[in-house]
Amino acid sequence: MKTLMLGNEAVARGLYEAGCDFVSSYPGTPSTEITEAIAKYKEVYAEWAPNEKVAMEAAFGACLAGRRSFCGMKHVGLNVAADPLFTIAYTGVNAGMVIGVADDAGMHSSQNEQDSRHYARAAKIPMLEPADSAEALHFAKLAYELSETFDTPVLLKMCTRVSHSQSVVELGERIEARKTYEKNPQKYIMMPGNAKKRHPFVEERTKKLTEWAENCEINRLEEGRDHAVGIITSSTAYQYVKEVLGDTYPVLKLGMIFPMPEKKIRDFAASVEKLIVVEELDSFIEAHCKNMGLTVSGKDIFPCIDEFSQNLVADKLQIEKDAAGIPLDEAIPARPPVMCAGCPHRGLFYTLAKNKITALGDIGCYTLGAVPPLGALDTTICMGASVSGLHGFTKALKGAADGKAVAVIGDSTFMHSGITGLVNVAYNESNATVIIVDNSITGMTGHQQNPTTGFNLKGDPATKIDLETLCRAVGIRRVRVVDPYDLKQTEDAIKEELAANEPSVIISRRPCALLKYVKHNKPVSIDAAKCVGCKMCMKIGCPAISMEGGKAMIDTTLCTGCNVCTQLCKIGAMKKGEEA
Amino acid sequence: MKTKNIMIVGVGGQGSLLASKLLGRLLLTRGYDIKVSEVHGMSQRGGSVVTYVRFGDKVYSPVIDKGEADYIVSFELLEAARWTEYLKKGGTIVTNTQQINPMPVITGAAQYPAELVEKMQSAQLKVEAIDALKLANEAGSAKAVNIVLMGHLSRHFDFELTEWMDAIEKSVPAKFLDLNKKAFLLGREA
Repeated sequence: MKTLMLGNEAVARGLYEAGCDFVSSYPGTPSTEITEAIAKYKEVYAEWAPNEKVAMEAAFGACLAGRRSFCGMKHVGLNVAADPLFTIAYTGVNAGMVIGVADDAGMHSSQNEQDSRHYARAAKIPMLEPADSAEALHFAKLAYELSETFDTPVLLKMCTRVSHSQSVVELGERIEARKTYEKNPQKYIMMPGNAKKRHPFVEERTKKLTEWAENCEINRLEEGRDHAVGIITSSTAYQYVKEVLGDTYPVLKLGMIFPMPEKKIRDFAASVEKLIVVEELDSFIEAHCKNMGLTVSGKDIFPCIDEFSQNLVADKLQIEKDAAGIPLDEAIPARPPVMCAGCPHRGLFYTLAKNKITALGDIGCYTLGAVPPLGALDTTICMGASVSGLHGFTKALKGAADGKAVAVIGDSTFMHSGITGLVNVAYNESNATVIIVDNSITGMTGHQQNPTTGFNLKGDPATKIDLETLCRAVGIRRVRVVDPYDLKQTEDAIKEELAANEPSVIISRRPCALLKYVKHNKPVSIDAAKCVGCKMCMKIGCPAISMEGGKAMIDTTLCTGCNVCTQLCKIGAMKKGEEA
Repeated sequence: MKTKNIMIVGVGGQGSLLASKLLGRLLLTRGYDIKVSEVHGMSQRGGSVVTYVRFGDKVYSPVIDKGEADYIVSFELLEAARWTEYLKKGGTIVTNTQQINPMPVITGAAQYPAELVEKMQSAQLKVEAIDALKLANEAGSAKAVNIVLMGHLSRHFDFELTEWMDAIEKSVPAKFLDLNKKAFLLGREA
């Protein structure tokens, strides 16, 4: 049967058809839908782990037990899981193990633009790189064969445009591929004596995989009419090249990006007058060609920044293409993403900004607290960095920052890697105030459950980690909960905890306004006769409030009646939205 | 067949994913090669969003570049104006006349440009503007703006009405089926 599937759904289908039994992942755009899609196959156990390291280790345990396993993450998630990655490279697998990693060239929803292909070379693990949904499905299955044949985990590298593009796939049947576990200390206990013996195995394995790469069908030559130029490419860059060139020049399309073939590339180079590598982000294929001593163009023509497109490829290869359309001679205001109307984070960020508090931020919807008019955040680095960063910030200033700085971290991010930072705060005693913005869901990636929500990936009830108890257990004595819709309560709590001479945690708790079970109030209404146009209500950056003819106006289709704005109206022109 | 390119643009949360799903279902039954590129993640939060739908004998790139779109379907007026460079010579813009203020306009840092339909027309762009919000409300929900505009777009293709209806049935939950069919027809007749 032929159907349309997102690249991520196609990976899930490939895992399913390959007989994958166990999936553990942490959500992260653009990788999230792989795990959401696999959870819909009842034959497969699938879960959200607290973080990527835990997910990878769990997937390793499952493959050790003899079940084909998978873990999925975004590019920065692979940094978190890098520790097990480099040693699972040595142990190899029992049943097959596949690691999905999705890069985000163009940073549609990420804090950096790192190129995950370097991990394959660094950890000496083979990496496959599909260019559309059909390949995503095919490569996911192939990855298990390679994993078991060569005794290695296999990286499956996606990117935003492959993950989030639908294209046509052909569906197949699921197979069973189970093994039994047998104790094998020399293979699985990586203490120096054993690891020293495994390292040569890894090097030998890469040689064997290189031989495989010479003849495999996924590194394919597509002939061209003109051999003046030959192009080596992979992933979406391949699609842009073909879109622009058709069959003008021959193309060597690499499906396995590590290890790469040598003879195949040398033969290809010899068949063309000029060799050009077209690849997004860093020089990787190009560097391989240069290491082989070939003369090659690549990053001298193409940028290592941002994603590509057909017009960019045409421009760099100096190919004629349709002219751009007509831009309108008009200043078009930007439309950046904003916190939703009714977002529980808004009241908290308004309070932080109002009191000019330094706020070290983290990764999630609440990063939008940095956007004007709130402008309430000072940093965003990586998952968990707010808590550990605040510890360093307060310690380094030897008390001078006490009472002036906080960390802001979401519920899911706190469980991911905020808790270890809090342990450090307690153990090494910094006078830090950590605010956990608990909206009862993993928001930014599209509402995934996490250990604090009481539900699991499949939607079934699950153990709910109690944040208050957890914070107290690591040694924080001052732990309190506030409702961020109540501005006074929120402000009082922040002031009191900042004034206290010991570490504290404030849990700002209110479920995400987009959750289905959250009931909205009737919209706020405005008494135009009373409104003096002071714009106090505009300070919270709510998309449901605007000014029309010098008076505040409520977009009743957006307003959820959270009544944060009504608390700012000093002249009583705003009427609270009552319960619907 | 030369690849056809449709861009669906709007504001995050307006339902562009459903519109592209509907198109995908329809085109699949015709046996085309198809690529639909979507936006997930941060941009969905009220930001400017764009979905690319491409179909033909063989489609390579998942995205539509400047000067390539046969149609731009816009769920919001400012968004139509934002993407005109992507329209191919002779292409058509199908836009909702509804205006949603972006944050810079809300905060007073920028102005929402006036008379955008007229300005696009005087720039020699082919524009079909309809009040899709009004029609969606008429059909029973403001959320059906996406389907109203798909209805209007359908006038440009030679697919049978039954094929569109079939695709709607496969794309929306049963309880919203009548509403969406009505919205589609109102858009098609507008």
